[in-house]
Amino acid sequence: MGLEEYKGVFIYAQQVDNKLSSIAFELIGKAKELASDLGTEVTAVLLGSNVKGLADELGEYGADKVIVVDNPELETYRTEPYAQALAAVINEYKPEIMLVGATAIGRDLGPTVSARVATGLTADCTKLEIGDFPLQPVPGKEDEQKHNQLLMTRPAFGGNTIATIACPDNRPQMATVRPGVMQKLPKEEGRKAEVIEFNPALEKNNRYVEIQEVVKAVGNVQNIMDAKVLVSGGRGVGSKENFQMLQDLADVFGGMVSCSRAVVENGWLAQDYQVGQTGKTVRPQIYFAIGISGAIQHVAGMEESDLIIAINKDEDAPIFQVADYGIVGDLNKIVPALTEALKAEMGK
Amino acid sequence: MNIVVCIKQVPDTKGGVKFNPDGTLDRAAMLAIMNPDDKAGLEAALRIKDETGAKVTVLTMGLPKADAVLREAMAMGADEAILVTDRVLGGADTWATSTTIAGALRNLDYDLIITGRQAIDGDTAQVGPQIAEHLGLPVISYAEDIKVEGDSVIVKRQYEDRYHVVKAKMPCLITALSELNEPRYMTPGGIFDACDKEVTVWGRADLKDVDDSNLGLKGSPTKIAKASDKVPKGAGEKVNLDPAESVAYLIGKFKEKHII
Repeated sequence: MGLEEYKGVFIYAQQVDNKLSSIAFELIGKAKELASDLGTEVTAVLLGSNVKGLADELGEYGADKVIVVDNPELETYRTEPYAQALAAVINEYKPEIMLVGATAIGRDLGPTVSARVATGLTADCTKLEIGDFPLQPVPGKEDEQKHNQLLMTRPAFGGNTIATIACPDNRPQMATVRPGVMQKLPKEEGRKAEVIEFNPALEKNNRYVEIQEVVKAVGNVQNIMDAKVLVSGGRGVGSKENFQMLQDLADVFGGMVSCSRAVVENGWLAQDYQVGQTGKTVRPQIYFAIGISGAIQHVAGMEESDLIIAINKDEDAPIFQVADYGIVGDLNKIVPALTEALKAEMGK
Repeated sequence: MNIVVCIKQVPDTKGGVKFNPDGTLDRAAMLAIMNPDDKAGLEAALRIKDETGAKVTVLTMGLPKADAVLREAMAMGADEAILVTDRVLGGADTWATSTTIAGALRNLDYDLIITGRQAIDGDTAQVGPQIAEHLGLPVISYAEDIKVEGDSVIVKRQYEDRYHVVKAKMPCLITALSELNEPRYMTPGGIFDACDKEVTVWGRADLKDVDDSNLGLKGSPTKIAKASDKVPKGAGEKVNLDPAESVAYLIGKFKEKHII
């Protein structure tokens, strides 16, 4: 296999109901950095039915090229026709890097396609960079060290370990990337990508499944695991009614309210909102821990958050051990004042 | 009807993690349990068995001590168990693992293969779909509900904001979510029987249509460059000010971090 034949950073531009998912733009943002290090371009791969119109938006977020596979079989996500289409793109255009979102679609499409094109896949990456493999040259084998490799970093073991992985001998180097971690670029109105229409034949084989029904969630569609900002309350919040204060703060950031186990036990919030070992593991960009003492079971579910702010009247509360910024004080006074100050700053 | 459930013995992540010098996990040094998603997959298979009299075989790839999860599965009601173990299979990534398991499955009659969505050690969710790929089977990932209807399965396939009701012809492969069900307990009689039953042990030579170049650490396209325990996060700054000053302090920090 001529590895040098493989060029360019490709991203899978996920769309659902012919609307691009946020992860598509996040992947372009990261791909631009990688492409700049490699001196190459970013190509978005758009699969669907009547999706060509979405190519412009991908251009505005930084894609240099968009490969569109438009086929009625691709109207609703099904593993097989999508895997055929993406594998055909890879075989035809030979990218050196192929990034896919670690979504419920990407975590099905990614492994299927990587096995089909016989390459490696690293799951749920939180950091991607270009570097050497091995990281340090092996004495006496300096010339065996490979340069310009994709180094893929991911948590494993429920976040207990961090591993950096390379795929030195196969192409493309494939990764799924955790949503909400990479930054999208600012939208550049009118920026155009070169659009390439590609129409591989999709073979209707035994692996097609039949979708009998699509049921969209109603009501509680949001998942605290998807929130970029979580305002989490504990027993110290005092009552169900007081959670409105937390909701107001969350609203400023377009975030969500979550809670500790005690809050669920008191019946103040439903279990869907619980963070921790018996609840959900969250990694928002900002996590407010308000009136939460910080039992180890709670901390296990939120310590990977990018920025942790704790507000608690007990200055010895264990939550302060993991907080980037700890505020000792009365949450009933601080939280509403903070909300107002933020609104003023953000012009809301 | 023949159902094969692929299960994995995983370290209980609460017990802390240990590494070999080459950066791979030292599984031998850690406590082990049946992976939760796999257990839900096994329960789903056993419910189909309860209804239809299907035969349920459990298969695992791992160290010889993975025998324990196979016996647990038989004590829950699985009929047969296969352990795939061989030194040359060690250090496998998801490609090499799925190649190995597919090689073992080629020896079996199956209508339905069930795997867990993901294991709590690697969290990749890759092995199930990759086994299906190697065997040329339809795959339905993230199953919340499984029903057998004639020669097909009807599965509720979970996505972030919806689910699809998907029908697939058997043979096919399904990956199960732990939300699928509440796994049953082992019964005393089951435990007794499970001790007496034989676990079939297969090595490299028993894998069908598999090339050595796709097995174990050497056959893994992904290589670990570095692995480490997560560095515990240290405490940051803590202030004890009046409310207005506290707010001003946080606003300052948000500006510093370009959050606002």
